[in-house]
Amino acid sequence: MREKLEQIKAEALRQIEASDALEKLNEVRVNYLGKKGELTAVLKGMKDVAAEERPKVGQLVNETRAEIEKVLDESIRKMEQRVRDAKLKTEVIDVTLPAKKNSVGHRHPSTIALEEVERIFIGMGYEVVEGPEVERDYYNFEALNIPADHPAKDEQDTFYITGDILLRTQTSSTQVHEMEKGKLPIRMIAPGRVFRSDEVDATHSPSFHQIEGLVIDRNITFADLKGTLAEFARELFGKETKVKFRPHHFPFTEPSAEMDVTCFKCGGKGCRFCKGEGWIEILGCGMVHPHVLEMSGIDPEKYSGFAFGVGLERIALLKYEIDDMRLLYENDIRFLKQF
Amino acid sequence: MNTALSWIKAYVPDLDCTDQEYMDAMTLSGTKVEGYSRRDHNLEKIVVGQIEKIERHPDADKLIVCQVNIGSEVIQIVTGAPNVKEGDKVPVVLDGGKVAGGHDGGPLPEEGIRIRAGKLRGVPSNGMMCSIEELGSDRMMYPEAPEMGIYIFEEDVETGSDAIEALGLHDTVFEYEVTSNRVDCYSVIGIAREAAATFRKPFYPPQVVVTGNGGNVEEYISVEVEDEELCPRYCARVCTNIQIGPSPKWMQRRLAASGIRPINNLVDITNYVMEEFGQPMHAYDLDTIAGHKIIVRRAKDGDVFRTLDGQERNLDADVLMICDAEKEVGIAGIMGGENSMITDEVKTVLFEAASFNGANIRKSAKRVGLRTDASGKFEKGLDPHNAEAAINRACQLIEELGCGEVVNGMVDVCGKLRTETELPFEPDQYNKLLGTDVSREEMLEIFNMIEVRYDADADKLIIPTFRQDLLRQCDMAEEVARFYGYDKIPSTLPNGEATTGKLPFKLRIEQKARDIAEYCGFSQGMCYSFESPKVFDKLLLAADDPARRAISIANPLGEDFSVMRTVSLNGMLLSLATNYNRRNKDVRLYELGNIYIPKDLPLTELPDERMQFTLGMYGEGDFFTMKGVIEEFFESIGLHKKILYDPNAGKNFLHPGRQANVIYEGCILGYLGEVHPEVCDNYDLKTRAYVAVLDMPSVIPHATFDRKYEGIAKYPAVMRDISMVVPRQIMVGQIEEVIAQRGGKILEDYQLFDIYEGNQIREGYKSVAYSITFRAKDRTLEEADITAAMKKILNGLEGMGIELRS
Repeated sequence: MREKLEQIKAEALRQIEASDALEKLNEVRVNYLGKKGELTAVLKGMKDVAAEERPKVGQLVNETRAEIEKVLDESIRKMEQRVRDAKLKTEVIDVTLPAKKNSVGHRHPSTIALEEVERIFIGMGYEVVEGPEVERDYYNFEALNIPADHPAKDEQDTFYITGDILLRTQTSSTQVHEMEKGKLPIRMIAPGRVFRSDEVDATHSPSFHQIEGLVIDRNITFADLKGTLAEFARELFGKETKVKFRPHHFPFTEPSAEMDVTCFKCGGKGCRFCKGEGWIEILGCGMVHPHVLEMSGIDPEKYSGFAFGVGLERIALLKYEIDDMRLLYENDIRFLKQF
Repeated sequence: MNTALSWIKAYVPDLDCTDQEYMDAMTLSGTKVEGYSRRDHNLEKIVVGQIEKIERHPDADKLIVCQVNIGSEVIQIVTGAPNVKEGDKVPVVLDGGKVAGGHDGGPLPEEGIRIRAGKLRGVPSNGMMCSIEELGSDRMMYPEAPEMGIYIFEEDVETGSDAIEALGLHDTVFEYEVTSNRVDCYSVIGIAREAAATFRKPFYPPQVVVTGNGGNVEEYISVEVEDEELCPRYCARVCTNIQIGPSPKWMQRRLAASGIRPINNLVDITNYVMEEFGQPMHAYDLDTIAGHKIIVRRAKDGDVFRTLDGQERNLDADVLMICDAEKEVGIAGIMGGENSMITDEVKTVLFEAASFNGANIRKSAKRVGLRTDASGKFEKGLDPHNAEAAINRACQLIEELGCGEVVNGMVDVCGKLRTETELPFEPDQYNKLLGTDVSREEMLEIFNMIEVRYDADADKLIIPTFRQDLLRQCDMAEEVARFYGYDKIPSTLPNGEATTGKLPFKLRIEQKARDIAEYCGFSQGMCYSFESPKVFDKLLLAADDPARRAISIANPLGEDFSVMRTVSLNGMLLSLATNYNRRNKDVRLYELGNIYIPKDLPLTELPDERMQFTLGMYGEGDFFTMKGVIEEFFESIGLHKKILYDPNAGKNFLHPGRQANVIYEGCILGYLGEVHPEVCDNYDLKTRAYVAVLDMPSVIPHATFDRKYEGIAKYPAVMRDISMVVPRQIMVGQIEEVIAQRGGKILEDYQLFDIYEGNQIREGYKSVAYSITFRAKDRTLEEADITAAMKKILNGLEGMGIELRS
């Protein structure tokens, strides 16, 4: 019996050795280990073995089976490996062939700039609000300390619909709506479309976008204005950016300022981009005029605040070095695809 | 405003800084300097030379050979200039020196022109005598310079001395941008005062002395102001025995540097005082003033008046006029009349220095179509106190320059003049607003420099009348900040109550719209809010289409920008056409922008501003591509229910058989379709184009970012395919409606997998095939469930005239 098993084993191993394909190895498994295989046949022949011998023979059969299985499994594993290797070799591709891209569309550069600015201020606790583009004179001018005979109200700058209704010339009008709601403190930014009666050319458009900012709370100072806008400039233009505040005049703020940032091309050394000045004008700002607070029902003895206005297109043109504002409204796909 | 630094230094003599330092410091203290130009730029080694001898050039008819004494030696210079003679003193550039430009006065070369000794037609020449153009200037600055040829000094200048100095060219002209609230800074004195305060140097304004050589002004002129509101003050003085001649060089140079052409002593004095004090003045020939009487009154509607530039001007009752006893002699604050203008024969002059209502002057200037230096200043609203100082200054100059004799006294018609504002001195409040810790002493020092006086007894600040912008404490805080230095104010962050930063729901939905459009290959465009009323015809809108009721702009930039858009398609079609005509392939664009729907016309209420999500495309893709974008968007904002498409959208601008309204929960949220070929033609778009417009205010009420997880199915699904022969006019939407209604609770999904018209199908029919999926949440379905559901569906379909194919 033992010899027979040895013989079976030797024959099985020989056949495994001789197999050159997975199918042949499977045949070996069926022939030797399967239900009708030779080892099974030996087990079936156990009835002829003496009862006391049976456990021994059984053990011997199982050992033989295990040994064959082990060699067989190992051979199958190696064979599979060889087959896979061969397959991989045939599947080599030219990785430099063109990519298959999903043609994803592109955001408008002004919107990219807008979302950047929104992200920064939302992070600082500001709420984004909107106001009407067709606006009443009161909100666009009077409530912002620009009375009836102020030069800024000249028809040449403002598109009028009727004597009292106009296309807003500044997002500052949204300040007034927000203050009138009477909910304090206020930290808001108001992006939106504004209109000025300027002919279309490389640097002018009759319609463009601004973002207005307004903070009203107790004890707000000019120092807070400086700190907030300096932080904004570093976030938007890079952490090395420095800011400079120059006195200016706006009817609805006092004190007022314009903010310059160090040129983000040359870092302030002066280059063609900043016309050698090292600085680029970015926004206007100031402490909200107490009369503006009063008109909107806020007590300037208790509250103070600051406001600022940024031109979105200006930021987009500067950041992306776009040299002609008309490109922003032409919607040429070759332009849009670059953003 | 342009002013020579030398003029500023006349009143701030201790000013000592480079041009760049001056520009930076003035800008940081609030007097913005736009730029500056040095008048001696590229002028090197130029001295005063005296021509001792002139001889003919031996070999050239048009050249002469001059022996020129340059102080240290006599040098030989060959020139072609025709205007010099022996004894003339001229500017001479020496060997190795530089001049700014060519003799023809063209644009100045950046690096100037280097002059070297050489030979002209064989004769050595060791320098060059200069024309005023070669010195980078012109005959406006130097009216005494000859039209062609070398500049010849009229006055006695030292031979060999610096010619640039003698010409007053060691100077810099600064260009200031004055903000509208600083009326006082539209003057040399105002800027000099700011400069003195900025650099903390003493300020010596010109001392105005009231002069008079006898007589009494009342005997010469009387003044009557009919409209005090438009003319709060009118000052008049008279000068006699006028001797017209050139004004002194220093005055000419200062005026020319400010961009004002010197004319004669009388005109120059009025211009000089206007620059110096910021107060426009007018000089009349008193002999032309009928009745020796001035009346200030409004014009009458329809009046016509000839101004001294010879132009006829149309007037109306809002225009203020200066008149004599018989006629108008000038438009107040804008320009005098031809009938009273100063000529060289003038003997007696009437000076006017008045104060007019700024808003009225601005309106009038626009009305008569004439903006002058004077009106530009009056528009700002001048301090009436300034008028008196200015007129006395002018008379003082008349006398000092020997231009005539001044009659004693001034006619002064003057309503209630503004008084000095008083404000309590509140240093703590200034610091609190600024976030600073500036000492009270420093504040007072700053106020003192800008002539704000401090009354220590009353602890009050007294604001001079020329500072009309200082009205409240915040204005005083700004003065402190400006001269303390904006750069020295600390940078802090607000530390009040914490607030939550947020983007409102509407804007979050718009952000989602952008994201989805871009995922689907659409790029964002931007279009104008206003357009031409012709757009309605281009879009084939019916005559009674409500979209034709648009808001008109009263003062548009032209017809193309004259109405507020009521449909968003025009901008999109223009953009597609631009791309198409530039041969860009496969273009997909979207836009988010408002349309403006009036509630009434003419407007009394603000219009309804409706955000439109507009998509447009041509090239690859079709109607169903567009439909896919809408569905992706709806899914992303939580519109999970069935979207219906009604082909009866009624849009004239879309293909009649390829358009649909988008309906959700019974509401029309927008439409989509193929652009009508005629509309494509109107836009010069020679390809099929597809558009979709979603009305965001209609979409948003259905939108939500809330999501609820529904368990992933545990029990198996069962699928059934049905194949049908369907009358052609039945839309698959109708089939789907039957499947959805009749499939029961176990209906999970249905998908169209084949649609076919043609050979094997008889005329007027199409073949349609659906795969229907059933599943129960709580059990494995049994055959009977499915058979029952399928039977209901099939019955429904057969009821519509649909045949089932086996």
